Amino acid sequence: MKRFDYVRANDVGEAVAALAASPAARIIAGGTNLVDLMKYDVETPERVIDINRLPLNTIEATESGGLKIGALVSNADLAYDSRIAERYPLLSSALLAGASPQLRNLATTGGNLLQRTRCYYFYDTGTPCNKREPGSGCPAIEGVNRIHAILGTSDQCIATHPSDMCVAMAALDAKVHVIGPGGERTIAFEDFHRLPGDMPEKDTNLQPGDLITAVELPAEDFTAHHSYLKLRDRQSYAFALVSVAAALKIEDGRITQARLALGGVAHKPWRDTEAEAMLKNSTPGVASFSAAAAKVLETARGYGENSFKIDLARRAIVRTLKQAADGTPQSQTDKRIR
Amino acid sequence: MSEISLTQNPAHVRHGSNVGQPLTRRDGLLKVTGAARYAADNHPESMVYAALAVSSIARGRVTALDVAAAKAHPGVIDVMTPENRPPLAEDPDAKNHPFMFRLDVLQNDRVRYPNQPIAVVIADTLEAATEGAALLAPRYDVEPARVGLDGNEVFTPQGVGVGNPPNDSHGDVEAGLAAASRRVEATYETPAQYHNPMEPHAIVAAWDGDRLSIDTPTQGLAMAVGRVAGLFGIAPEDIHIRSPFLGGGFGGKGVMSGPQVLGILAARMVGRPVKLVLRREQMYGPVGHRGPTRQTLRLGTAGDGALTALAHHTRTASSTFDDFFEPASNASHTLYASPAIATSHDGVRLDTGTPMFMRAPGEATGSLALEGALDEMAEACGMDPLDFRLKNYAEVEPTSGKPFSSKALRECYAQGAERFGWAARPLQPRQMRDASGLLVGWGMGTATFPALMFQAEARAAIKSDGTGLMETGAQDMGQGAWTALAQIAADGLGLDIDQVEFRAGTSDLPDAGIAGGSGHTATAGMALHDAGAKVIARLADLATSAENSPLFGAGNAGVVARDGRLFRRDDESRSESYADILARAGLPEIEARGKSAADPAVRNAYAMHAHGAVFAEVKVHPELGQIRVTRLVGAFAAGRVINPRMVESQYLGGMIWGVSFALHEHAITDRRSGRIMNANLAEYHVPVNADIPSVEAILVEEHDPHVNALGIKGVGEIGVTGTAGAIANAVWHATGIRVRHLPIGLEGLLAGGLGDA
Ligand SMILES: Cc1cc2nc3c(=O)[nH]c(=O)nc-3n(C[C@H](O)[C@H](O)[C@H](O)COP(=O)(O)OP(=O)(O)OC[C@H]3O[C@@H](n4cnc5c(N)ncnc54)[C@H](O)[C@@H]3O)c2cc1C
Ligand code: SF4
Repeated sequence: MKRFDYVRANDVGEAVAALAASPAARIIAGGTNLVDLMKYDVETPERVIDINRLPLNTIEATESGGLKIGALVSNADLAYDSRIAERYPLLSSALLAGASPQLRNLATTGGNLLQRTRCYYFYDTGTPCNKREPGSGCPAIEGVNRIHAILGTSDQCIATHPSDMCVAMAALDAKVHVIGPGGERTIAFEDFHRLPGDMPEKDTNLQPGDLITAVELPAEDFTAHHSYLKLRDRQSYAFALVSVAAALKIEDGRITQARLALGGVAHKPWRDTEAEAMLKNSTPGVASFSAAAAKVLETARGYGENSFKIDLARRAIVRTLKQAADGTPQSQTDKRIR
Repeated sequence: MSEISLTQNPAHVRHGSNVGQPLTRRDGLLKVTGAARYAADNHPESMVYAALAVSSIARGRVTALDVAAAKAHPGVIDVMTPENRPPLAEDPDAKNHPFMFRLDVLQNDRVRYPNQPIAVVIADTLEAATEGAALLAPRYDVEPARVGLDGNEVFTPQGVGVGNPPNDSHGDVEAGLAAASRRVEATYETPAQYHNPMEPHAIVAAWDGDRLSIDTPTQGLAMAVGRVAGLFGIAPEDIHIRSPFLGGGFGGKGVMSGPQVLGILAARMVGRPVKLVLRREQMYGPVGHRGPTRQTLRLGTAGDGALTALAHHTRTASSTFDDFFEPASNASHTLYASPAIATSHDGVRLDTGTPMFMRAPGEATGSLALEGALDEMAEACGMDPLDFRLKNYAEVEPTSGKPFSSKALRECYAQGAERFGWAARPLQPRQMRDASGLLVGWGMGTATFPALMFQAEARAAIKSDGTGLMETGAQDMGQGAWTALAQIAADGLGLDIDQVEFRAGTSDLPDAGIAGGSGHTATAGMALHDAGAKVIARLADLATSAENSPLFGAGNAGVVARDGRLFRRDDESRSESYADILARAGLPEIEARGKSAADPAVRNAYAMHAHGAVFAEVKVHPELGQIRVTRLVGAFAAGRVINPRMVESQYLGGMIWGVSFALHEHAITDRRSGRIMNANLAEYHVPVNADIPSVEAILVEEHDPHVNALGIKGVGEIGVTGTAGAIANAVWHATGIRVRHLPIGLEGLLAGGLGDA
């Protein structure tokens, strides 16, 4: 690990100023991703700015009836918060599908948004990687890519965004609040994470010096019909091979609103509004679910080891939509899939 | 109360109430309170830290190291490279016997596998040493990595495992196959696996002149001393190794590894005690692994399901510079009767660290393929898999023709099947569903592991207060040696366990042999038993020859040692306490040394193996292919059970390892660089709690009069065998799909044509 300076910010202004003062600085929240990356010499910040003292650890009601989640709210606190569990059970479920209880206790909302890919090559400084060292090449494309993306890839990078939480947030149409050198602004979830394109080193559309302050959930009620299904190599403590967040509103046997997002398949949480539009006004059932799945995967492309994900994602979408429509969301404690 | 017959002196008998008791671990409290001191917990005065720099390439030469940059880093004391590494008395590439493994200890600039140590940085702090190692920024002459079982020169190794012949043949397999009414040929593949004990290899080494003091986990103290003595050209008496606890070994700590030797060299170089602990990713190279295998089974059966031929061929891999070939085919030597059995191995050489014994080496991999192929043949014959195995039950060891010293496998089958409810299993696959529609499958496998014994010594003493002392340099790697061996020691002295001080875990004690091959309890236990017999015999001599002892003249009748007293065997109203006997003789203590070794004559006459039967239930999602093991029942017979709690825990741990083998473990190699891409515990998957269902182990009674006087076989490894195969077979039974490529993942089932929504 390289030597680094450590500063602790006492308020948001101080944090923003500290960031502005040293561009090579990194914020540390839970540290569950940053510290690992520093140990592997993948992240080598000159300065680490600790934001754990900032007053960003509350969940508050918004005027429009939604909730605003502070960037420092831990994944565990968020999952078990009664307002979240009751009004946004999809989010609770996705959180509880992630990592392990110990990690969720430390991991924060802001950190989860900005966690980096789990691409093996990205972590291994003994190999090239465009995301880590732009221009050095992408060994995953013809190499070990079982866990890699099938949607929205580029010839520069086929990494995935590994978060579970973010998949639910994408489906729930969340907004990210940030504050930067130019002041405060909000970013639609859709626009927060990027596709790799020819700049895989950039995971998000944040600007240098930006601090995430909160994530806002709009007031929408998908409590009757939702599910988060995560398929992985072991029952806990493993990233998604494919995950699906589905949220529906069903009236008189017709879908009146649909949200569908996938994890583990792309460089960002993969929400497909066209598939959502197809589901809208359809009758819930295998036919409409399969059509939606086909739509989502229209442009999917496998790279060898990960090609099975296309078929797996199709099956997972159909199953998750069915769970949502039936009102039998996937349980994250009894992990049995129904 | 159990009677232990005393082969060495049949006149005397000892009674104890310790052996057979489910005592809890005697070191348990130390461990749960954190008071148990593992190697890396030691911190001698003026100690400094060493960090390894390891190669990022698989093959080639190191052409440059920025030693100046590392040395300039604050806190760095020195950098050890091939140029300045202190000399060794012995060539680390010498191989004088098969147990001597070649080490990479900076003898030159060659790189022969990824993560090979290429330099050591010694610093005041761990952080400085680690950063110093990073600053070395090595440059290389890279040569193409040799990866995978295909595309490299194939040859027949001289030996497989440690010194076993690669090929073995009994009867005419080709004729047996030709005459068979059914034939099955199946190829199974198992990946490279890494031991991954919780505790990484660690050493704290301190020199005092030419005397060396070491804290390091090792499964074989005496062997480690011998290795270090040879390498450094110092007397074994001048080396003191402490290894009271190992945070897991699984074979990976069986022999001294290169990094441990580098820690000693670093201490020599800087003249201060040095601590060196491997990072997790550094465990994927210099400290051994289980080599990958591709195994082809060819079976033939007659019309009634009796095997006519069994051929088991394994392709496996060793490193380019040393030999350890996973002896997978040898799993077919002992289990099933067949008039013709042929086993063979070939190998390739890859740019990896040298493979090593890893829990059930050969048996674990071989059993998976054998049990799978057997299941396929049972299916072909339309027979229940258990009936098929009973049909081919080996009454004598099939390859040697020797009778078994004991074999309660039928009872294992019966008790396991009964407990599991096997009789209700439908013959055809894909017949069972649970209430939520998941596919349910049941599979089984036979477990087996040889009852090995090595050589050991022990010292026993009885003190003037009547308490006892037993010593042997045994190694507890979590399996419970501190407890089980103490139970044997206490019974060996006819004392309660609290009356005996039991010492183990350091190299100045008598050689207890290696804690490996599932032979530690038998080996070290028999040495303790023998030492106890000898000291009791001496005590009896004292008493029976003293005129004023109540036991005077009882020499021929013999005595019984129990509860700290000797009783006249034919008249138990006459007895005397140990303390009184010693007091009369005016002795502060009486001691004796004992030994153990396998008896070659008995070993020639009998085949000796532990056996078991494992039954598995899996549930598979019919369209998503998610596999979950929901139930495991194993029934094992392994001779005398010293401590049922420890034994059960070994079986359970072994079966969980089997789950890992079947569904999780897998080192992923990048074919171009030869690097292992998942060299960490986040991505190298082993089961988590949620993956482990109800696991049950039944301890089947077995009395073995031949294996050794205590009747002990071994329990450490057998649980792995049988289990992986049982799970793979259950997956087939649930889905109708045979996945022969391990670990079994979702994609295997999808590719196999799992149904659709
Ligand atoms: C073994 C393991 C398994 C895991 N499994 C899963 C899983 O199954 N599913 C899953 O979703 N996740 C999983 N995770 C990832 C985990 O969720 C993330 O590591 C965690 O959410 C990161 O949060 P943190 O607060 O610890 O972030 P940190 O490590 O502190 O920071 C991560 C990044 O975010 C930046 N950052 C943090 N807060 C802010 C802010 N407010 N503003 C601007 N930048 C900020 C940091 O500078 C850093 O670059 C796993 C992690 C591990 C180690
Ligand atoms: S997929 Fe992306 S992160 Fe992975 S090696 Fe390629 S460029 Fe790097």
